[in-house]
Amino acid sequence: MAEMAMREAYGRALAEYGDKNPLIVALDVDTSASTLSNFFAKRFPERFYNIGIAEPCMVDVATGLAMGGFIPFINGFASILSLRALEQIRSCVCYANTNVKIAASYAGLSDFKDGATHYSISDLANVRALPGLTVIVPADAAEAADWVPIIAEHQGPVYLRISRAGAIPVHQPLSKLEIGKARTLRNGSDLTIIAMGSMVGRSLQAVEALAAMGISARLVEMHTLKPIDRETIVQCAEETGAIVTAEEHTIIGGLGSAVAEVVCETRPVPLQRVGINDFFCPTGRNLDTLMDTCGLSVAAVTSAAQQVLKGKK
Amino acid sequence: MTEISRQKSTELTEVARKLRVDSLRLIHRRGSGHPGGALSAAEIMAVLYFHVMNIDPSNPEWEERDRFILSKGHASAVLYSALTRRGFFPIEELDNWGEVECRHQGHPDRLKTPGVDMTSGLLGHGVAVGAGLALAARRKGQNWRTYVLLGDGECQGGIVWEGAVTAAKFHLSNLVAILDNNDVQLDGFVHDVMPLGDLRSRWESIGWHVIEVNGHDIRDLIAAFNQAHEVKDRPVILIARTTKGKGVSYMENQSYWHGNVPNVEQLAQALQELGEVNNG
Repeated sequence: MAEMAMREAYGRALAEYGDKNPLIVALDVDTSASTLSNFFAKRFPERFYNIGIAEPCMVDVATGLAMGGFIPFINGFASILSLRALEQIRSCVCYANTNVKIAASYAGLSDFKDGATHYSISDLANVRALPGLTVIVPADAAEAADWVPIIAEHQGPVYLRISRAGAIPVHQPLSKLEIGKARTLRNGSDLTIIAMGSMVGRSLQAVEALAAMGISARLVEMHTLKPIDRETIVQCAEETGAIVTAEEHTIIGGLGSAVAEVVCETRPVPLQRVGINDFFCPTGRNLDTLMDTCGLSVAAVTSAAQQVLKGKK
Repeated sequence: MTEISRQKSTELTEVARKLRVDSLRLIHRRGSGHPGGALSAAEIMAVLYFHVMNIDPSNPEWEERDRFILSKGHASAVLYSALTRRGFFPIEELDNWGEVECRHQGHPDRLKTPGVDMTSGLLGHGVAVGAGLALAARRKGQNWRTYVLLGDGECQGGIVWEGAVTAAKFHLSNLVAILDNNDVQLDGFVHDVMPLGDLRSRWESIGWHVIEVNGHDIRDLIAAFNQAHEVKDRPVILIARTTKGKGVSYMENQSYWHGNVPNVEQLAQALQELGEVNNG
């Protein structure tokens, strides 16, 4: 992949922002060479804490640092953070409302060589259910970097989902990112594709493929899974009358579910979810083909779009 | 802190007695709570809140205050008793403890109860969160300390030890843990349910300074805290030998009283044994 990996963009951005804000501290769990929190560690060794392979402990230590007035960014694998350390995130970060920033790396299928133990395909379902947590899923490397100062300056717990890999670039560096405000990347009238993370770039390709078929698809990037932008979802349902969601995550409990909840309660329209259909994914040779075989291909999005149009009145 | 006077020791003994009385009344009135582990910690709480800790009840958020984490959060009754006796909030606020209108939760909530420094409830977090607080104090160049009260049953969980090695790695001498070593947990004796091995050598082997102390002896506790504050290169744990349900004959060493509530007659007997006028 030619583009910069999202983890590298994040790691560099964190180190850069550390210069501007002395309250930033970072923690890792023996994975700083993987999450690339080591950019920060090298620049600010006295503000970096390596906790060893103990994610629950890292969350708790960060809680203490936050209560002592610092802004801790904790770095680890999304799979372990969102499962083994979920109780700590629930009790000490969300319920106790401590200002901890969770940078959950190697998310989705991006650790394609390591297989289902390392994949994080249910993390968003887990963390979305926690009251008080803001959940952000950047679409590409540049966007991940742009989120760093925003979430640092946001008061309260944040889960930032970081891919090990690169993603098709979609982000315009000068366009404004705002927590809870979805961005419309392409206008269209026949249906809306609401995508997040790596599926934004793939959905952009789907929009072009659909255009060639004479279908006008709108593309909305839902970077904030929680609090979800209800207003934009309702508007898309009203204006285009059909919705497809796309996420590098199980179809249970993530973006598709969140959008369906809003649509069903406000403006019911045909809806299709593109995601991993409730199975453990195999190890792959590379991320692109792994995603294709796990139900996340561009064709899966276009096919869902065609399907959803059939249900439209 | 230096050697304390006989008068101070008598005062703190009386505080501990009141914390026991308050705790049992609160638990009885609410019809819910954990008396055994509240009673075992009464002297520890009295010494911390009325002698050792540098706190200001009129300014609970004071940045340079000492922090306290009740890692064994189910002993909330004794914490609330200490906080109200120390002046953080009026005791009447606890009249309807357990009702949704009462801001004080079943287990401590740092956002709701003035003086509660950390939310707790599910066991195991205190040492690791305390390590984070101690790191923060050090980074800020401030002299406040963090005290963590944990249970022995709690030490069966791995997260306690994750926090313990972290505190040792960073040489956090501004962190002082107190282990309420009463050897009783919900299902029975700790040494039966899941033996902990030799606690002193476990904590020492990972780099903690260990002080063994009689957890019901005011002077012994104060001497131990004084000694703890002299340690400059590592975290300190007071392994406090205590009796679950201490001070109430029928509760002592009985796992039943980990989480059961005394009825009217039982409360009357308990208060009588604790030297309190029998008014329920």
